Amino acid sequence: MANDRETIMAKVRGALAPLKGRARMPDYDGGIELARKRANAADPMAEFAERLGAVNGEVVADPAALAATLRTRGWTRGYCDPALWPRIGPHFGADFTVETRFDRSRVDDYQFGITRGAGAIAETGTIILNDATTSSRLGALASWAHVAVISRGSLYSDLSEAVAALGQDPNVVWCTGPSKTADVEGILIEGVHGPGAQIALFVD
Amino acid sequence: MRTQPIDQAAAALPAETRAAVYGGSKVQHEKGRKLLFDHYGDPNRLRKLAGEIKRHVVENLDTLLPAVEARLMANGATVHWAATAEAACEAVHSILKARGATKLVKSKTMVSEEIGLADYLEKRGIEALETDLGEFIVQLDHDQPSHIIAPIRHKNRRQIAELFERNGLGAYDDEPAVITKRARQFLRHKYLGADAGLTGANFVVAESGRIVVVTNEGNSRFCLAATRCHIALVGIEKILPRDRDLALFLNLLARSATAQQLSVYNEFILGPRAPGQPDGPEETHVVLVDNGRTEVLASECRDILRCIRCGACLNVCPVYRQAGGHAYRSVYPGPVGAVLSPLLLGKRFPEKADLPKASSLCGACNEVCPVNIPIPDLLLRLRDRAHVEGVPSPGTPPMGMWALLATRPAAWRAALAGGRILNLLPTRLIPIPALRAWQLKRDLPPWRGGKFRKWLKMRRKQQGRGQSRPQ
Ligand code: SF4
Repeated sequence: MANDRETIMAKVRGALAPLKGRARMPDYDGGIELARKRANAADPMAEFAERLGAVNGEVVADPAALAATLRTRGWTRGYCDPALWPRIGPHFGADFTVETRFDRSRVDDYQFGITRGAGAIAETGTIILNDATTSSRLGALASWAHVAVISRGSLYSDLSEAVAALGQDPNVVWCTGPSKTADVEGILIEGVHGPGAQIALFVD
Repeated sequence: MRTQPIDQAAAALPAETRAAVYGGSKVQHEKGRKLLFDHYGDPNRLRKLAGEIKRHVVENLDTLLPAVEARLMANGATVHWAATAEAACEAVHSILKARGATKLVKSKTMVSEEIGLADYLEKRGIEALETDLGEFIVQLDHDQPSHIIAPIRHKNRRQIAELFERNGLGAYDDEPAVITKRARQFLRHKYLGADAGLTGANFVVAESGRIVVVTNEGNSRFCLAATRCHIALVGIEKILPRDRDLALFLNLLARSATAQQLSVYNEFILGPRAPGQPDGPEETHVVLVDNGRTEVLASECRDILRCIRCGACLNVCPVYRQAGGHAYRSVYPGPVGAVLSPLLLGKRFPEKADLPKASSLCGACNEVCPVNIPIPDLLLRLRDRAHVEGVPSPGTPPMGMWALLATRPAAWRAALAGGRILNLLPTRLIPIPALRAWQLKRDLPPWRGGKFRKWLKMRRKQQGRGQSRPQ
């Protein structure tokens, strides 16, 4: 394949050689160019909640509210990041079975997964995950409901800000609502491969 | 009348399929437009800007490709180059062989369809399973996708339910939620049992080496969480210069492709998983695929390499809506396919030289394209090429009358004026038999002859004031 590199590069150079000039990279200001009409821009937390709600995700106020929400839906078996459990566990009752190690051989046993989120984006209701803060990629992905625990200070206003914060983590995932498809007759169905429910919990 | 292959394919389409394709395309197009215009005062400015950025990329691939390669390697990825489809398949195969891998899960990638990867691997004893719901159904049915974003737009729920039943995925149930749930159940165990995960890339950033994969279902996430080896198949034109260009492109892609503000999952990959992360790949391979792209680059039609595969031009195209994707006999259907598919064939161009003629040149594809590709211009260039190269054209409709009018300006103007009479005539009095037969079944749009000439006059005037190249 070393040869393929030479072949391709030679063809690329050959194809571009006859061009009289090359198109320049346009200069633009991401902030101005991408400015949109935003209803709630003054209150990022409210905007985030509204946008996440618009894609059928939800924000819960605190760990107790989280436990109540999960219980109401009948989701009592789950996975939790071991670093988070001491803080969250006390709000969960004895009716919950929560493991702090994700066992991939029992993937169907987990109804929810609780992991840390690296941040959030207000303009789109997006939750940001990365390897540094996610205790287990599968734990954040394979359960029916995913709960991201996000520190209030890492809420970005828009995509441009969040792009600027991508950093050097090898795997950053922006999640905007539950996994979905419209492949069958254009009808929206949630929970294809990823979570069918996406919940955000902000902490200080 | 002799017809072109694409017309024959369109004519053979079952009414049910045509209705599905027509309705699905129309709805998708209208939703996407609404979202773009609701959110942005001047979306055309964004499209033009994105077009300029991609044009810069296409015309600077000679420096950007080595830059991408260097970044990818610095990030810990292994870079492979593949000049042809065969070489790309071989590259993937040898990566898998080296790991003793026999099971591959695939996220949706158009390049893999283009190079026939799944078949190639299956023949060599490797299971290559599609995981995108639509692609999974297509693979199960030994069918072909009919749209680059919505691969099974041509199928309905009953056909899918029967297919699932035949393949042991549960008793007949055509509820879309049940269909989806069954696929979910089946596929998650496939991910967990697989040795490697293959994705495409929507973008690769030259400045950072970031590989960006966009999905709604989360299948690329599962490939990258469950397996130990990630292979990304990347067309050499997929580059963006800088990270900060991503905000613009992700905004445009989601709205144009699926009428969303942002796709559900945008995954940014630099390389193997972080130390301490229990899940995910320990190896990252990037296969840079040419397979005809350098020939496109050398042609007059290099602007088509800006394409970000959003499918908007398919949805808006009157020919695609009537003919459906299969009529194009190519991995890339619709307006983008009418340009790209014949070009990617290289010397075998004549095999698909009919595709550029399957367009009314109405211009809608250019207007919706998020990277502002002048598709109608490119189609004309290809028609010209077919003409110059003397490609026989089996199905050019008899053009005698048109030719006569079109070569005599006075006659043309008279005919245009006369055409207005059509608006006033009751259907049964229309003097042209074919038109009368047609009109009996549906309404003829009101005759608006002469508008184009007026428009062109205006445009010439404007262009006289500086603007030369359409951008
Ligand atoms: S040509 Fe433009 S509109 Fe068509 S798929 Fe490509 S980017 Fe989208």
